[in-house]
Amino acid sequence: MPNQATERDEHYKALRRSIFITVVLVSLIPLLVFGGAIRYAFQTSYTEKVQAYLETLVKKHAQNIDTFLMERQANMASLAAAYSFEQLSDSAFLEQQLVRFQNAYGQVVTDLGVIAADGRQVSYAGPFQLAQADYAEAEWFQHAIQTDTYTSDVFMGLRGLPHFIVSVRSTASGTPWLLRATVDFLAFNDLVESIHIGQTGMAFILNRKGELQTQTKRPLSDLRHYSTIFEDRTHQADEILFGNREDAAGRDTIYVARLLKGGQWALIYQQDERDAYRDLYQARRVALVTLILGGLAIVTMAVLVARRTVERISRADQEKEVMNQQVIESGHMASLGELAAGIAHEINNPVAIMVEEAGWIEDLLEEEEFKASQNLEEFTRSLQQIRKQGIRCRDITHKLLSFARRSDSRVGLVDLNELINEVVGLSVQQARYNNIAFDLDLTPDLPAVQVSQTELQQVLFNLINNAIDAMEKQGGSIGIRSWLEKDQIQFEIRDDGPGIPEVNLNRIFEPFFTTKAVGKGTGLGLSICYGIVKKMGGDISVESAVGKGTRFLISIPAHLPEPEPTDRAAN
Amino acid sequence: MTVATLLLVDDETAFLDAMTKRLTRRDFKVLTASSGMDALEIMSESSEKIEVIILDVKMPGMDGIEVLSEIKRKYPLVEVVMLTGHATVASAIDGMKQGAYDYLMKPCDMDTLVAKVSAAAGKKRQHEQKIIEARIKEITSRRT
Repeated sequence: MPNQATERDEHYKALRRSIFITVVLVSLIPLLVFGGAIRYAFQTSYTEKVQAYLETLVKKHAQNIDTFLMERQANMASLAAAYSFEQLSDSAFLEQQLVRFQNAYGQVVTDLGVIAADGRQVSYAGPFQLAQADYAEAEWFQHAIQTDTYTSDVFMGLRGLPHFIVSVRSTASGTPWLLRATVDFLAFNDLVESIHIGQTGMAFILNRKGELQTQTKRPLSDLRHYSTIFEDRTHQADEILFGNREDAAGRDTIYVARLLKGGQWALIYQQDERDAYRDLYQARRVALVTLILGGLAIVTMAVLVARRTVERISRADQEKEVMNQQVIESGHMASLGELAAGIAHEINNPVAIMVEEAGWIEDLLEEEEFKASQNLEEFTRSLQQIRKQGIRCRDITHKLLSFARRSDSRVGLVDLNELINEVVGLSVQQARYNNIAFDLDLTPDLPAVQVSQTELQQVLFNLINNAIDAMEKQGGSIGIRSWLEKDQIQFEIRDDGPGIPEVNLNRIFEPFFTTKAVGKGTGLGLSICYGIVKKMGGDISVESAVGKGTRFLISIPAHLPEPEPTDRAAN
Repeated sequence: MTVATLLLVDDETAFLDAMTKRLTRRDFKVLTASSGMDALEIMSESSEKIEVIILDVKMPGMDGIEVLSEIKRKYPLVEVVMLTGHATVASAIDGMKQGAYDYLMKPCDMDTLVAKVSAAAGKKRQHEQKIIEARIKEITSRRT
């Protein structure tokens, strides 16, 4: 039995595991596949959208910057074309032009200067003391004197402040000279700095040497990475480049770049990937939390479903087992019935012969010759005893036959008291061997109950046999009482045996629960009783106290005649 | 004077002996048969004499119900009292359906048996009397 119980437990454990895994897989796989597909589609769509937005932004600003630079060059070119070298060499005239210029365009241009071919500044208009400055050695001058128009990189120069120069070259009597303007660095910087998105997004301009041409809000490091923008010559000048890089702090960043100033500068917009795709990451976090919660819900549900399913299967298995046992017991009862019928016949024939032979002797004793016998009275008593015992044998076999006839579960009207007497009659001998006496207190004229006689008989047998088993060592008494309470026929079977410990009391109606020795009880007797009584629409309960005894109380609906209709009663 | 002529059918010869002696003592004329076949043979020889058959239900070979059916088919006026140690409601109903007069269980009380057998014999005689009267009436009505 313990092995069977362990095997059964193992079987249910494996079944529970299998159901759990199946439910989890069947639920989680579609969720993960669907979630993955949604995530991929959302991420692709969102990144494309962010990328497109940044590209447009950078392109527009690059165009603005290019336009700004070209406008300044155009300003210088028109000034150089409109006035002669001599006119512009006059500092007062130049000052007038600067004022006019600043009135027209604002403080974009800080100063103006005219520089001769030898690098000497011929005239200067502006806030710095740069008259007669010599730029012969300045790098920008050497480049500017070579080309018609020139825009320098940002440099500190003689004034010690970051600035850059826009110049045009002109000639006077075959000698080249330069008109140059210093662009206000802060005004130019505002053009670039105005591009800022989120917390980390910022724009800046780099030259080909990787030097910053504008200020940045946050320090930038490792700008060499961006040199590839200048090195890649496959792209068009106005093409937008998009890329990823890891900054010095190890953060993933995205950048959008476009070349400016004929490929000399690059406008770069850089932002931390987490910041740029903030909404995407937020959505991902929400999706992850939802997925985890969903997963937990699925796992919880799978545990509950597996547990409940296995509980139901286990209950169904137990019910099936009980039913099988009932079928087996019914089979046993039927076999017992056939056996009883055969035995009854075999016994009744010799008993009949004995009784008839005794009767024959009684007949003979009526002859005159025997009437004088001194022992006539004793003969007569003895023969009557033989006949009486023969009749008793017949009664016993008839009870056996009556028992044999009832091995079916057809429902009919049953007199409970009669059935109790019958079952007690069959159990009395066994009880006597165990020194147990019956004490019956049956209320007469109880209404019948509509049940299967065999099944009710089985309940009585089981309860009486249990009581006898419980008291087989020390003997005692079994009390059976029947009475009517409202519409219920009730009967109790109580013994003064050792009683049932409280720990077992709640389990005694469970299938396979037994306290009897291995091989002596199946643990099904009381569960079958419980099933039968419940099927009858009745109830069975137990009370027990260790050392005092046990009492089973059974109630079954009485079959009461229906009251006659009032109109008929009136008639 | 003979109360009635009986045919006692049982496979237990000891039972036949005791019963024969006891019934004879009570002024019955008793013929015996130890099987169904014997009973039918005796009936074919002396059916006019036998008034009541006491028939055991469970016998080897032809059982009591088959014998009863055969007897009732051939000799409808003979009354049969079934006697058995195998008292089931089913066999009782079968016997009554086949036309048995009554049913008794072994071992039975002799006074009860005598009463039932006498009543069965009386019924048979009444039946025969009615038939005779009917015949007489028929003959007289033909003559008139």
